[in-house]
Amino acid sequence: MILGLIVDNVVLDALIRLGVIMLLVPVYMVIITWAERKVIGRLHMRLGPMRVGPYGLLQGLADTIKLMTKEDLRPTTADRWVFELAPFAIVVPIIMALVALPFTADILIRNLTLGLFYIVALQGLSIVGFVMAGFGSDNKYALIGGVRAAAQLISYEVPFILSILAVAMVASTLDISAIVGLQGSTPLIAYLPLAFVIFVIAGLAELYRQPFDIPVAESEVVGGPFVEYSGIRWSMFQLGEFVSMVLISILGSLIFLGGWQWPLGGDVPVVGQMALMAVKTTGFILFFMLMRASLPRLRVDQLMAYCWQLLLPFAFLQIIINGLVLAYDWPNWTMTVMSLAALGALLYLTNRAARQSGVTYQPSTASAQRVGSVL
Amino acid sequence: MAIEHSAPEHELETIDINVNVGPQHPATHGVFRMILTVDGEVVTDLDPVIGYMHRGNEKLPENCDYRQAIGYHDRTDYLAQFNTEHCYVEAVERLAGLTPPDRAEYIRVILAEFNRITSHLMFLGAFGTDVGVFGTSFMYAFRDRETIQDLFEEVTGERMMFNYFRPGGVAWDLPDDFNERARDVLDQVKRGLHDIDGLMLDNEIFLARCRGVSPVSQEDAINWSLSGPLLRATGVDHDIRRAEPYSIYDRFEFDVPLGEHGDVFDRMVVRFKEVQQSVRIIEQALDQIQDGPIMVEGMKRILRPPAGEVYMRVESPRGEYGVYIVANGSDKPYRHKVRAASFSNLSALRAMSIGHYVADVILILGSIDIVLGEVDR
Repeated sequence: MILGLIVDNVVLDALIRLGVIMLLVPVYMVIITWAERKVIGRLHMRLGPMRVGPYGLLQGLADTIKLMTKEDLRPTTADRWVFELAPFAIVVPIIMALVALPFTADILIRNLTLGLFYIVALQGLSIVGFVMAGFGSDNKYALIGGVRAAAQLISYEVPFILSILAVAMVASTLDISAIVGLQGSTPLIAYLPLAFVIFVIAGLAELYRQPFDIPVAESEVVGGPFVEYSGIRWSMFQLGEFVSMVLISILGSLIFLGGWQWPLGGDVPVVGQMALMAVKTTGFILFFMLMRASLPRLRVDQLMAYCWQLLLPFAFLQIIINGLVLAYDWPNWTMTVMSLAALGALLYLTNRAARQSGVTYQPSTASAQRVGSVL
Repeated sequence: MAIEHSAPEHELETIDINVNVGPQHPATHGVFRMILTVDGEVVTDLDPVIGYMHRGNEKLPENCDYRQAIGYHDRTDYLAQFNTEHCYVEAVERLAGLTPPDRAEYIRVILAEFNRITSHLMFLGAFGTDVGVFGTSFMYAFRDRETIQDLFEEVTGERMMFNYFRPGGVAWDLPDDFNERARDVLDQVKRGLHDIDGLMLDNEIFLARCRGVSPVSQEDAINWSLSGPLLRATGVDHDIRRAEPYSIYDRFEFDVPLGEHGDVFDRMVVRFKEVQQSVRIIEQALDQIQDGPIMVEGMKRILRPPAGEVYMRVESPRGEYGVYIVANGSDKPYRHKVRAASFSNLSALRAMSIGHYVADVILILGSIDIVLGEVDR
């Protein structure tokens, strides 16, 4: 059984497991990169990578070799240690978060009783790396990108955590394996659709993917915090980005979609568990890719307004609904109904805000006066 | 150890930073450079720098035969080559007193309107990228643009610098199956417009991003000498094809799409609707075109218009494109001046941008739809 110790020593066992994960992560990243380029290429009516290997399968490998052998440039005016350590500050916490993430019932490094808390805490740490990269590069695009990243991450962390908190309330545990164990017959998304939608939207923002790619906006700040990075350091940023994407996808499938249990019930063989997890995680990742190919990006103030004026109140609403249902022992379906109603309201308000925005938008009066002096 | 707390005497001091955008930047659509003064995310000042692509396109034709200079007009507005050629060729014809045969006029109008479509499709695709779509709008627009490019290639033998119109007519006749092929292409364009409509014009985030950004009043638009879609987005009904019909534009029925607020969204919608109107014009022209000569009878090898001057203007996709020529009776123009729509429109950039967010300035620049070859000439 895989859950048992591989070797007798507990520390050595954890190190071996961590090593295996560390080796698998870059491989997985290569595959995901290839898949993303292929999917987006198809959406663009292109073929995507086709030259290296059959159907371009080895493209990721070729890119890796290219990035590894590229010169590692550092601007002379950059703050050396801040600049060079920033990629690590992004990648290390995310890899550490993988330690507590169960992939199936048995394939995991360590199952922590406070696993959910641990993952969320480490996932939020990567902001430090973005700010370091932004400030250390001595580049104005990077600076703007870094500040944008800080503002965005701090704002969206709140609804993100609240949506996870809603799960923890219902499950009354922070142990991820236990949360999955509860979902043998019904996944938690059935009770908490609002929390799930907030989780996905805030997750998109945490990952800087369209429509929330404001910190790295190609047409504005040309890559944001990464603009001065090259070669292996740049690919570490990419690694961090892809691993967080996988992390959030796996987390979402575990706590909302029933992980390795739903819909096959409690006793699924390991292969079935892995297949279930793969399907659910791929669903998330495909959704992120589709968003990337079809949506433009929001403006900074719209991003903030959306978070603080819509997502956050509705995340609290989900918590209140949970509290009411749990405190008064109302039947479970009331939670579903209330959550769905709130979700409908959220979507309606989002649509209305987008359709009506700009009708009243005016540049500030001070700037209008300045325009007057220009002409 | 006691920590001393002292109340700050004034607010935290902040400074505006200058951000240099361009000449190599994904959002500047060529070698345009602007120096933004940024207070946080808000642009407080903008200093446009042009001239990176100056090649003397106005002076060079003064040393050329009248017909040799056509190629320089391909190279000013290199996204609307037929429209610029049309303008120059017609200016020379007015100088020399030539009247091209009907078929040549129809060929010119069809190709110029097709060129308007390619130019606006280019705008729609690139503008989507400015707003942040990861290339999808670009690929959708280019799918249809490419079919039109193939048509151009078949007619002229060139993809970009066509050099096909001549004073007195066109260089050679259309291919035999042009009429059918052009109709197929139009069908494809109409289908493609439907996709772009769904992807861009009806997208909530596009609405949220573009509406209300940089509204321009009709008064300002006229004072700033805006022309083309920027002017019509403010609601001013001025299209040179309608206002002072040149060539044979008075024979076609078409609407002049107008906006309401003059904001970025209206500029996009006006261009989108202009594509539909161009399709209408081409369909009528394809119905009406007859066989016949394509060149004025008895053209001389060397064209020597009598002394005089002419200002000819056409409605190019970007606005009013004008050519001013002074002839002194020789085979070369004495003076040759181009009035470029992008240049005038771009000069309003500063006034349109100040007070907006950095992200919006990128949109405003994109919505002007500059072609640097035309700005710098």
